[in-house]
Amino acid sequence: MIRINCPYCGERDHSEFNYGGDATVKYPSLDSSEKEWTEAIFFRKNIKGFQLETWHHSHGCRMWLVVERSTVTHEIKSVKPCHPDLQKVVENNK
Amino acid sequence: MKTSRLDKYGKINRDKILSFSWDKKKYKGFEGDTLASALLANNIGIVGRSFKYHRPRGIFSSGVEESGALVTIGSKDKRDPNVRATTQELYDGLEARGQNAFPNVNFDLAGINNYLGRFFAAGFYYKTFMGIPPFEWGKGTAIWMFFEKFIRKAAGMGSASGLPDPDSYEHAHDFCDLIVIGSGPAGVAAAIEAAEKKLDVILVEQDSLIGGDQLAENDFDNSQIKNQLENLGIKIMTRTTAFGLYDNCVVGLLERVTDHISVPNINIPRQRFWTIRAKHIIVGAGAIERHIAFNNNDIPGVMTVNASKHYLNRYGVLTGKTIAIATNNDSVYETAQQLSEAGANVTVLDSRTNFEIKTNKSFEIRKGYVPYNINGSKKIDSLDISKSENINKSETINCDQVLLSGGWSPAVHLLSHRGVRPKWDYNNACFLPSDTKENITMIGSSRGLWNKNDCIASGIAGTTDALNRLGISKTNYFFPKPGGWKNPIQPLYEVKYKKSRSKSFVDYQHDVTTDDVRLAHREGFISVEHLKRYTTLGMANDQGKMGNIIGLSLMADLLNKEIPEVGTTVFRPPYTPVSIGALSGRNVGKHFRPLRVTPMHQWNIDHGAKMIEVGLYQRPWYYPKENETLSDSYIREATTVRKKVGICDVTSLGKISIQGPDSTEFLNRIYSNGFSKLQVGKARYGIMLRDDGIVMDDGTSWRLSENEYFMTTSTGEAAKVMSWLEELLQTRWTDLKVNVTSVSEQWAGVSVAGPKSREVLNNCVDDPSVITNNNLPFMGVISTFLKGNIPCRIARISFSGELAFEVYVKSDFANTMMDLLWEHTKKYDGCLYGLEALGALRVEKGHVTAAELDGRVTIDDAGLSKMASTKKSYIGSAMRKRGVLKSDDRETLVGFFPKNLKDTFNAGTIVCEKNNIKGQGIGRITSVTHSPELGHWIGIGFVKGGLDKWKDTTLIGADPVRNKQMNLQVVSPHMVDPKGERMYA
Repeated sequence: MIRINCPYCGERDHSEFNYGGDATVKYPSLDSSEKEWTEAIFFRKNIKGFQLETWHHSHGCRMWLVVERSTVTHEIKSVKPCHPDLQKVVENNK
Repeated sequence: MKTSRLDKYGKINRDKILSFSWDKKKYKGFEGDTLASALLANNIGIVGRSFKYHRPRGIFSSGVEESGALVTIGSKDKRDPNVRATTQELYDGLEARGQNAFPNVNFDLAGINNYLGRFFAAGFYYKTFMGIPPFEWGKGTAIWMFFEKFIRKAAGMGSASGLPDPDSYEHAHDFCDLIVIGSGPAGVAAAIEAAEKKLDVILVEQDSLIGGDQLAENDFDNSQIKNQLENLGIKIMTRTTAFGLYDNCVVGLLERVTDHISVPNINIPRQRFWTIRAKHIIVGAGAIERHIAFNNNDIPGVMTVNASKHYLNRYGVLTGKTIAIATNNDSVYETAQQLSEAGANVTVLDSRTNFEIKTNKSFEIRKGYVPYNINGSKKIDSLDISKSENINKSETINCDQVLLSGGWSPAVHLLSHRGVRPKWDYNNACFLPSDTKENITMIGSSRGLWNKNDCIASGIAGTTDALNRLGISKTNYFFPKPGGWKNPIQPLYEVKYKKSRSKSFVDYQHDVTTDDVRLAHREGFISVEHLKRYTTLGMANDQGKMGNIIGLSLMADLLNKEIPEVGTTVFRPPYTPVSIGALSGRNVGKHFRPLRVTPMHQWNIDHGAKMIEVGLYQRPWYYPKENETLSDSYIREATTVRKKVGICDVTSLGKISIQGPDSTEFLNRIYSNGFSKLQVGKARYGIMLRDDGIVMDDGTSWRLSENEYFMTTSTGEAAKVMSWLEELLQTRWTDLKVNVTSVSEQWAGVSVAGPKSREVLNNCVDDPSVITNNNLPFMGVISTFLKGNIPCRIARISFSGELAFEVYVKSDFANTMMDLLWEHTKKYDGCLYGLEALGALRVEKGHVTAAELDGRVTIDDAGLSKMASTKKSYIGSAMRKRGVLKSDDRETLVGFFPKNLKDTFNAGTIVCEKNNIKGQGIGRITSVTHSPELGHWIGIGFVKGGLDKWKDTTLIGADPVRNKQMNLQVVSPHMVDPKGERMYA
């Protein structure tokens, strides 16, 4: 069981969370072309090692988080809120 | 084999006599016995029949590695198959039976398989049932289907009761700093050291007693240790197996709470399934003694050396009178001495020629000898032995028991669960645990230490390692070197039988012989993973705890490689079997999954509703009167709604409050249709797309004020939509000032539909003037009060196509609202209607639901192109126009009539062209109903090319599952009141 250290709730089982996806994707603006959207939606790197991914604390505070996780060992290096303002709040409270 | 109970030995409680039955005969044992020790004490040698050959099998071990003494205990719904007799504690009244034998294990008719052995070699099923040679007669699955039932009966071990499990199970959770697995000298030392350093410690032991292998010492008493552990505040969990290690120091435990109790308290669960979240794990799981492969090495009376020591010193059972011990290492000599002191006539065959060992000379040691063949079938008559340097029968010695020790395998299983491959140690002829970066430390003989003092030292070192890794200390430590015997072990895995038809067992449980391994090699299954699957070596109950290394060594030998080059299979959880009941815990029956009910659930039932599950929700399905069937009832309900009025609980719809200055902009981005001009006091139907341009969900959003909306979603997609909105706001559009809150549970909703619906509401609201057509036009929204000063929200929304309103009140007022509405609905000869009638009404109107919006459908497919704004960009607007989604050949929404109006059809019917009824056809029917309005069956669904292409062509509805076929007419999906005149009334 992966344990994720939610910045708001503390360390919790991964079963409280839902996996989102690649946290590095820059979604294009809504009026972007089909090609740009295709890149953003369908093309993913298959990373061996640490990757940034989003997780939703759906059975907790419902925060969307950026988790830096190793796809090999499940080791988690960092957990941060996705929202930059929430990131600042967490930083300030450290 | 002649076994006997000795007065002066054992830690059993002879004051407490327990009676038990074996194959329906009564026997006696003592408190503290296992079923195996009690069977041995009663001189019962044969306890099972082997998997394929039905050879008589006895008790091989005294622990979890047991692969012979698998028995069935209990009866009727309490029947538990494949229980290891060696770990089952005896209780009064225990009923046990042999397995895989008819009529019984002593005389088994299928024993004939033993003489047909060459037909049952490795890969037998794969080869034979691919078709019978020489012409592969019957090739294909048919012949397998035919033979399967016989094979399943002939092979297999015990069978389950087939009845519901009467026991209860529990899931439990705990946290600690350190969990120590195994209570041998190493584990106890580690636990004490850690507790003294103020760590919160759990000590887990699979046995009923703590002590580990020390329980096989005659003078061992664990009471002092137990006191010490308890005084230090260590949580001791006995009868608890750590069956698996998982990520981030999570450990799965199975606690057998009542399996040793004669009549358990029914309020106590039989087993507990623990999830322990630790900061560090110390594994002192011990080591497992291996056997040696030679001909007939499975005759009852064969046992590991250490097992006989356990039976002697723990249970007071001397397992033989004339005992031959075959070994290649020093570990057996203490046992040999104790057995001979206890009265047995002992001979040790040691494969080594050059070694020194100190003994009291009470038994004979034959250096340079190995076992060659056992004579006997149901018991050992004698043992042929061979010189180890020149394998061939040299002489025969008399004995009634053969004890084997082919070396020891550290129990590295748990570490293997973490993907850590063990490394081969040539000096000790075993796999040793490798290091890991995770917070797991291996101690004791599970890291290859054979001496007690080394084990204790490793326990203390292990805790120091844990403290260092947890950042609590920075202390130097070292682990003792693996090993600890005076003389080195000499690898000995197989003594090869020179005659044909040898039965030298590698894996007792699956009847895998050395010849099977050689056959696998000849046929090219040389990777260990292939070897395992082809021969079944190391599968099932014992997972190869004894035999795996022998199989690997044979394969290494055949390949002219070393064992580490051949590799090892990966052990996976569970270490020992875990019952399905424990895995499911309390999530059975009604508790299998959560149940969601609306606040008027009981009201609905009290008013005659039959309920149906929609996702997790219970919703009213139909409200039968007297003897009405489902179809009578929904047709009446739907007709009443069309003609008069009906009310329906719609609370299960998802409800989301959207607040903030950018709410309008937000909705305008997520819905495909425009929301920027929606006025306060108006609602709008909207469709959300996914990023890839496919429809995600539909619903309505009501503008309550400048900056506040009330969104409804479909029942099934409510959670998904909520997560999606949060994702967008927290990850993509972080500049938007919008807050979303799920208010699904906070509001109770009801639909009031039908030509008389306004009249009903007039009687229910405080001020009827607010709901006139002028004040509340189609898609209008107001906040007002129901009679009794109940605040409510009313929107004029129609799913049925009639004049209709959705009324929402706070959940606490749900029943009051229902009472009020129902009182006045009755006055207009109205009815309560359920989901079935709702479905009929919406199909008549061609309104789509989850059955249509199944994640493959675009807006255009659903015939809702006008809902896609051309004036703005929104989620999915670029992608919905991509190539494949624009094709003319897409399946688009249509209505279906049966050509013969008396015909019926079902959802799931495949739509085909007349001369081409096959495959996936050209479309499908997704929803059907009998239309009360039209008087015949109707459906909606999809067909390639849509209405324009097929409106004049008769198509075929093929329903091969129900063996039905009918002619279809394709019509517009808007089958009733296509202009919507009733809604605007």
